[in-house]
Amino acid sequence: MRFTTIDILLLLVKLLLIYAVVLTGAAYLVFAERKILAWMQDRKGPNRVGPFGLLQPLADLIKMLTKEDLLPVAADKWLYLLAPAMASIPAIMTFAVIPFGAPFTLFGQTVTMQVSDLNIGMLFFMALSSIAVYGVALGGWASNSKYALLGSIRGLAQLISYELSMGLSLVPVVMLSRSFRLSEIVNAQADLPFIVFQPLAFAIFFISIVAECKRVPFDLPEAEGELVAGFHTEYSGMRFGLFFVGEYINIIVLGGLATTFFLGGWHGPLLPPPVWFAVKVLAFAFVFIWIRGTLPRLRYDQLMHFGWKVLTPLALLNIVVTGWWLILNK
Amino acid sequence: MSLFKDIKALLLGFWTTGKHIFLRPLTIEYPEQKRTPFPRYRARIVLTRDPDGGERCVACYLCSAVCPAGCISMQAAGQADGRRYAAWFRINFSRCIFCGFCAEACPTMAIQMTPDYEICNRKIMELVYEKEELLIDGCGKEPEYNFYRHSGIGIVNPRGGNVDEEPPVDVRRLVP
Repeated sequence: MRFTTIDILLLLVKLLLIYAVVLTGAAYLVFAERKILAWMQDRKGPNRVGPFGLLQPLADLIKMLTKEDLLPVAADKWLYLLAPAMASIPAIMTFAVIPFGAPFTLFGQTVTMQVSDLNIGMLFFMALSSIAVYGVALGGWASNSKYALLGSIRGLAQLISYELSMGLSLVPVVMLSRSFRLSEIVNAQADLPFIVFQPLAFAIFFISIVAECKRVPFDLPEAEGELVAGFHTEYSGMRFGLFFVGEYINIIVLGGLATTFFLGGWHGPLLPPPVWFAVKVLAFAFVFIWIRGTLPRLRYDQLMHFGWKVLTPLALLNIVVTGWWLILNK
Repeated sequence: MSLFKDIKALLLGFWTTGKHIFLRPLTIEYPEQKRTPFPRYRARIVLTRDPDGGERCVACYLCSAVCPAGCISMQAAGQADGRRYAAWFRINFSRCIFCGFCAEACPTMAIQMTPDYEICNRKIMELVYEKEELLIDGCGKEPEYNFYRHSGIGIVNPRGGNVDEEPPVDVRRLVP
């Protein structure tokens, strides 16, 4: 494939757009979470900076950037400095394969609303979500602190366990759409989203992505009641900010993937496709926040029990049943 | 079945938190809205005067002794007629915990708590209140009480002929 100038320009525009939208979205997701959690607890939430507190993310950013960047004496310097990036970069890289709108024609060319339409898009996502584990693991290890290490050990075990059920819950989607390519998965859902055929797979995937985001009720790696702040205990300033914003980028990206795999991606009546995509992703983000405002944290053995003894067998069973169903309906 | 029970309990939780999104927040936004404290709220401490305008404080050191934070100090002095008063009286509000023990301990109702809670200050030395800042021109919560008309009679007037006072009892004549 040869790249023309227009191709490269379009790619740059798309990249910039995604960076701007996803990073701003993540920052405002923090704000939205603080607001919604506050409402759930009969409080008002941040409302001092700007109208309705809308400039709060900016104030937070300035605060983070101007804080001291501490390096613990006993820390493994390079890994310590690298870990926050390793946690947040894979998260935003995953967005490269998510189609967020219908392809359209510009200057006689078909423009896909997707940075890269990989034919193994789903595997790319699985691989990157595995790489993101390193940010947690190395961050906790390099801090040379007990709390951080405990947090990262928990994080490792949890992410590996739930990645399994997440991957298995996506197999029926591939079986139905007959492709790993995300744009084809979306197109296969033009009539009916896969959630109609695969409610169980959707439930398993959803629970797994909550665990992948390390969010309540699966926030054991950073359980603030037990481990101070878990794997990012020793981090301060913008490095902590990177971990923090990485978590919210993860919410957006995993919400986008759940939309793509189960809710029909950008398909939807009346509204333009990117708007539909945004609405679905924001709905996921809201449910994530709602869960955080409602559920208590699981105990560690409950977490492992649930992942290995409930979700994984169910996902396997679901694959078998889907296979049968596909053979019978051939 | 317990699974359905569990799911029902989960959904009930979600219903509750979801409902509270739409309820009115309980927050009182402080600098703009101020709540009116109750009259017996324990905040800034004052020294009151008796109805005649004299200082109630007799410098008995009870407040200073009972203060858990040790933030009250004073120096006792006496007038020619035998009345005691505090030559200086100092409350360090940067240490005060507003427990109200001093007001409870005070035998003359001189030291009292007021509901004025906005006394914070960036300059910590300005939180050390001297007698001039503590003393108010009023009786506070006890508008009628005058120590020297009741318990302290013997000091300023001879015993026996005062308002509400019965003559001293001769204990030897009380036998039945």
